[in-house]
Amino acid sequence: MTATVKTDAALFELALRMGDNALILGQRIGAWCGHAPAVEEDIALANVALDLIGQTKMWLGLAGELEGKGRSADDLAFLRDARAFRNALLVEQPNGDFAHTLMRQYLFDAWHHPMLVALKSSADKRVADIAEKAEKEARYHLERSEDLIVRLGDGSEESHERMQTALDALYPFAGELYAADAIDGDLAARRIAPDLGEVGKRYLASLKSTFEEATLKAPWDAATRKGGKQGMHSEELGYILAEMQWMQRAYPGAKW
Amino acid sequence: MAGLSTKPSAKEIWAWLEDVPDPEIPVVSVVDLGIVRNVEWEGDDLVVTVTPTYSGCPATAVIALDIQEALRRRGVEKVRTKSQLSPAWTTDWIGEKAREKLKAYGIAPPAEGARCVGDLKNPIVECPHCGSTATEQVARFGSTPCKASWRCRDCLEPFDYFKSF
Repeated sequence: MTATVKTDAALFELALRMGDNALILGQRIGAWCGHAPAVEEDIALANVALDLIGQTKMWLGLAGELEGKGRSADDLAFLRDARAFRNALLVEQPNGDFAHTLMRQYLFDAWHHPMLVALKSSADKRVADIAEKAEKEARYHLERSEDLIVRLGDGSEESHERMQTALDALYPFAGELYAADAIDGDLAARRIAPDLGEVGKRYLASLKSTFEEATLKAPWDAATRKGGKQGMHSEELGYILAEMQWMQRAYPGAKW
Repeated sequence: MAGLSTKPSAKEIWAWLEDVPDPEIPVVSVVDLGIVRNVEWEGDDLVVTVTPTYSGCPATAVIALDIQEALRRRGVEKVRTKSQLSPAWTTDWIGEKAREKLKAYGIAPPAEGARCVGDLKNPIVECPHCGSTATEQVARFGSTPCKASWRCRDCLEPFDYFKSF
């Protein structure tokens, strides 16, 4: 990379959005480690978190490279304030009960996988390479969370009720994942990222069939809650960052 | 150890790397796993290109250090590792010899022909203990990112399955 290359601001945003989604969700589900209702689920969540943190390293590494100010993936993860984060509001929502955690995961995975598939044909090779790697992992995540939504949605009376409550609470956050702003439009025009409307169509079609099988009813017409991608977060993010960043804030540059 | 007077050939270096074990599954080498993608001299620097198995696998950093250390022990002074994401690692790159070693170690080797895990909905997985194919998945994840938990319905033993990926 040379200093004469103009920073691609939109591409930088894309790397932050993909990276911050993975980072915040990874941090959220990492909190289940040692607390999940069954050991298999505990291990599954920790492994999914690990994949997401690994993907974060790739995306935020790229963001730092694009920015050209010498910030590493760690600098971006541990030294930015809430308003500089670009994750969608969905991933910062609290873990709640296990149904909330699984529903949040499914709503994310069902978008994440087709998004990464589309990014594999990005005009930017660095983006395409990361997507190629991450997509294989995301596909496995989706396979698992889809299966659990169906089993618990169409399960016992209690599991059904809990899944329905989680869906009612979280569905309003799904729309932000495929709501395009000017940055997304610019990236799509340059074929660096897909048309989010197209990704959204595929996403909604898969949600419809999964929820039908799971005997769940999504509040399809609920107003979309958004703003995270532009840095306007719910109060939840502040608490996540306080826990995640305190070590680097208290002891700058600490390593282990 | 003193530096080498001549640069070892790539072939020699590949042979040395065959002795570098995977930190999590020490019966197989980093070459067996297919994660060493290239070995090349750049002037006096030896560059070893490595691809990660899973993007968050904690063994990745250890593997890079192990490779560097092993080559320095052989007298290669300037060695560095480079990470390459594409083409993404697939378990199809795990060779026949390594599959036998995994089985002998108690890990069922990955089914072939999958570009990613979801490709094979119902892979035929042979129990590494008794050889039966009457096996079933217990959980999609296991003791390391690359494995899932399975059990044998014949000998009733649980075992790790190296997921095809």
